[in-house]
Formats: sequence, C-alpha cells, structure tokens
Amino acid sequence: MVVLDADLSRSTMTQFFAGEFPSRFFDCGIAEQNMVGIAAGLAASGKIPFASTFAVFAPGRCFDQIRMSIAQPGLNVKLVTTHGGISVGEDGTSHHCIEDLSLICSLPGFTVIVPADAIETAQAVRVAATSYGPFYIRLCRPKVPLVHNQDYRFNLGKAVTMRQGKDATIIAIGLMVSAALEAADNLKREGIDCRVLNISTLKPIDEAAIIRAAETGAIVTAEEHLEHGGLGSIIAQVIARHYPVPMEFVAIKDTYAKSGKPAELLQRYGLTAKDIEQGVRSAIKRKVR
Amino acid sequence: MPLGEDRSPLSTTSAYNVKAEVFSSLPIKEMEEIAKRLRRHIITMTGKAGSGHPGGSLSAVEIVTVLYFRLLRHKPLDPQWSDRDRFILSKGHAAPLLYAALAECGYFPVDELSTLRQLDSRLQGHTDRTVTPGVEMSAGALGQGLSFAIGIALAGRLNSQSYRAYVLLGDGECDEGQIWEGAMAAAHFKVDNLTAIVDNNGQQIDGWNRDVMNLDPFNKKWQAFGWHVIEVDGHDFTQLIDAFNQAKQVKGQPTVIIAHTIKGKGVSFMENNPDFHGKAPNAEEVEIALRELE
Repeated sequence: MVVLDADLSRSTMTQFFAGEFPSRFFDCGIAEQNMVGIAAGLAASGKIPFASTFAVFAPGRCFDQIRMSIAQPGLNVKLVTTHGGISVGEDGTSHHCIEDLSLICSLPGFTVIVPADAIETAQAVRVAATSYGPFYIRLCRPKVPLVHNQDYRFNLGKAVTMRQGKDATIIAIGLMVSAALEAADNLKREGIDCRVLNISTLKPIDEAAIIRAAETGAIVTAEEHLEHGGLGSIIAQVIARHYPVPMEFVAIKDTYAKSGKPAELLQRYGLTAKDIEQGVRSAIKRKVR
Repeated sequence: MPLGEDRSPLSTTSAYNVKAEVFSSLPIKEMEEIAKRLRRHIITMTGKAGSGHPGGSLSAVEIVTVLYFRLLRHKPLDPQWSDRDRFILSKGHAAPLLYAALAECGYFPVDELSTLRQLDSRLQGHTDRTVTPGVEMSAGALGQGLSFAIGIALAGRLNSQSYRAYVLLGDGECDEGQIWEGAMAAAHFKVDNLTAIVDNNGQQIDGWNRDVMNLDPFNKKWQAFGWHVIEVDGHDFTQLIDAFNQAKQVKGQPTVIIAHTIKGKGVSFMENNPDFHGKAPNAEEVEIALRELE
C-alpha cells in the first residue's frame, strides 16, 4: 500500500501515514492530475495506491485523468477524498464539492462509498484496500455523530437498516444519516413510522433494499450533494424501473452555496432533519392508497 | 467470444518472432529493414481502416524500433513478465506504430493488424491496455502518460526491481499542463529509472507548433525542470542507441531525449504535411506510399 496526497496531508490526515511510512508516501504538490496518473502507474505495477485530496479537486479537477488512467483500465486505485459537500463551511463555493458523486458514479467500474461515521469509514477503507478495482470514498470535514456501534460490520454493496418502519423510508448517505435518524424520531411523535436506510455503498447500489423500501409506499432521499445526479437520481431510477412510489429529494437545489458556518449552511440549503421531515410528510400525502 | 476478451499472446507469422527476452544484438542494418516494415504496416493499416494517424506514427518509427528490437528487456510471449522494461505510448494516437511493432515482435499475429479500428478488434483506435497484449496504458487523452510512467518507475524502485520505464511523448502533447506537473514531480522524486522521449516532429493538428503554441526554448524548459536533456536526430539509429545508453547511466534525475523527427517521415507527400496528422491515405495514396517504401 502506498499513499499519495496533493499538498493537503495535514487536512486529509494522510500525514499520519506519511509519518509512519515515509518511503511509501508521495506528496505530489498542488498537482492533482499528476497525482492521479502516478497512482494509476503504481497500481499498474502491483501497488495499492490510496490517493487523497479534497473532493472538489478529485474528481472535480481531474475527471479525465480518473476516467482514462484509472476507470477505463479498471486499475486498483483508491481515491479517498475529504471535504465533500457544503459542510466544509467558511471556505465557500470553490471548496464545496456538490458534484463529485454525480461525476464519479458516471464512470463504469468505480465502486463508490459514502460512509456515515468514523466507524464505517475505517471499515470501508479496509474493504477498499482488500478488494480489487477502482474505489471512491467520500468523506466530509466536520465531526459527525457516531451512528454505528463499535461492533458494526460494513458490508460492501448492502444498505444498512438503521431503523425499522412502515409508513415511509428515508434513504440517506454521509452526515445526512444522523439527520435522518433525528427526523425519524421527530416524526414518530406525529405518529409517522419511518424506516431509515444508510446506503453507504452508492455504487453498485443495493436495488433489493430500495425495492423493499418502496413497499413502505414513500421514499425520501437525503444527501449533501446537488439534487441532480447523486443519491436521489440513482434511487429514482431504481424506483421508476421496479416499484414506482412518491419520492422527495433532500439535496442542494441547482445552486452554489456561499460561505458560512457548517450548521448555518446545512440549514440555508435545506439539509436538516426538519427538511427531511417536511419531505416525508409531502411524500406520504401523495401515497397511492 | 469478441476478439477483445482474449488477451493471450498467440502464435504469429511475424518475421521476428523471437522468443528470447532480449533483442540486444540486432544490427542497425536489420533495424532499418524493420523500420521499413513498420512504415508499410502503418500505411496499410490506416489505409484499410480509412482513418487513423499516420503522420505522428511515421515520425516515431526509428524510436520505437530501437526500443522494441534492441533495448527493451521484454518477452513477447509473456507480456505480463514482472521484470520487463515498460514502454508507455503517451501519444496514444500513434497506436498503429505500436501495434505494428508489437505484432512484429510476436505479441499477436501480424495478420491482425488489418483489423485496426474495426468493431471487436483488439486494435482500438487509441491504445487500450485491457485488450491488446503488450500495451501498457490506455492512452489517447494527451498528457497522461508521463505521470503514469512515473508511477511505474516509483513502483520499480519500491520493489527493488531493475526495470526501466520509457514514455514516448508528442511535442504538441507538451502543451498539456499535466506534462509539466509530471516533469516537476519526476525530478523532485529523482526518478532516474525513467526515460522520456519526445517525438519532436514540430507539428500538431492545427499546424506548426511555433504557430499554434510555441514550445521554445524546449530544451531549456526540460533542463529548468531538473531533467538531463539529450537531443538527437530521431531517425538516426546510432544517435538514438547512444542516447538511450547514456540515459541509463544518469543517476539522481530523469532523462528526456528530444528526438528531432519529421512528421510523415518516409512518405514524400506526408512529410511535414499536417493534413496527415489524423487522416488516412486513400487507396491511390497507399499504393504510392508503399512503392516509396519498397
């Protein structure tokens, strides 16, 4: 295993690997396209490269390099990006990555994981290291509450039922999973019984779990990403094909976010438990009885 | 089964089906003959396909001939041999040249060259490492090969393997910023088991480099980025062999060989004619070209 970074090792925390294994760490400087290419060459020679930077710089900065040097040949490169979404906060639009899931899921051959907390992240990294092929793991900047127990086992390609329920299903990824659980608690007080799925493997998607979710009659997706091309679009495709039910999408609506504190931004751009609750009420209203 | 699914090297009708791992003793006179064969293949293949890039394939014929038939340690019947020297064609549009060389080495049958660019052929319009035996990189999106080669060279160093990485760049390709990111990194990481070769034919699709996007002073740019620079006549076997051998002796920094070449070399009406960058010869032009290459 080798690790590459693009001058962000103190933010992505690859500095810890660098400190422990300096000969297997390559800081490529502020040159993400080159970093991705070097990672591909290392993989073509039998290494397991983990390349890390902010999500906005990979896949954002170097989509063609990821496409032709990694995805098309199916090379064993693991892209682990941090600072996904708008919870990056004050750095503003240039550093908010809200398009990466759409970009990376469009590439044939990529496995895409968005862990919900630190426990799941550690396990997803381990699974990526021991599974062959291109992986993308998207992390966020702020501390997020633990939603899994220490004995949780990440199962690649399988949605995790966080909460059972029969009136509607909330399907969430990343830090929206804890917001989904909060929403489910609040809705319970209104007498609405919500199932909550953490669908941390975005690609390949767990179709069976989504179809079972559709049996609750309404689905709400929640993601820290643009509404187009991310989790909501992927789930909608499965639903449209197999089991059409009313859906709502908690996501960023075709705009760029501004500077602000993470919590302020999540509120301003509609990514809170309250927004999920609203989505559930709205979807349930349209249920076919 | 589509042709693309079979990656095994097949028996071959090549004249140089050498099973040995090295070709190091091949005299220059024979390499001249091989170069001519490769040029004929390039004309025939692109002519039959009706599309492709003959100009930038013809300019690098001597470079590729020296590598595959004299310098590289490789085993055509064992393309994944882990100690092989790696040749990365970054200017992936010169695929016809690479395919011709690989076929003549015995990686796959020479007859297969006539399938270039056809549906289900292993010989894609631009190189595809998932289908063609001996092809190291899926190239064609310019600018990516140098970084890829640096990764290969670094892996060799980490594994204490003695192989070398060779990467062939186009001069026009050096417009890409990623090339200079790679140039900086190769020097920074002191990747001395890497040799880059620039097929410096002076032209790109829209015309002469100096008119489209000036690269000069090209030699000084590479030097400033920390590379050992050698300039040669890219059609002169002796100069090429000397340069490659010199590059092997350079320690602590990467080497670039700027090979001055002529686009379309060997075919009178293609030489220095940017029209044949990405246009195949028609039937009549194929006939004339092959006559010139007898």
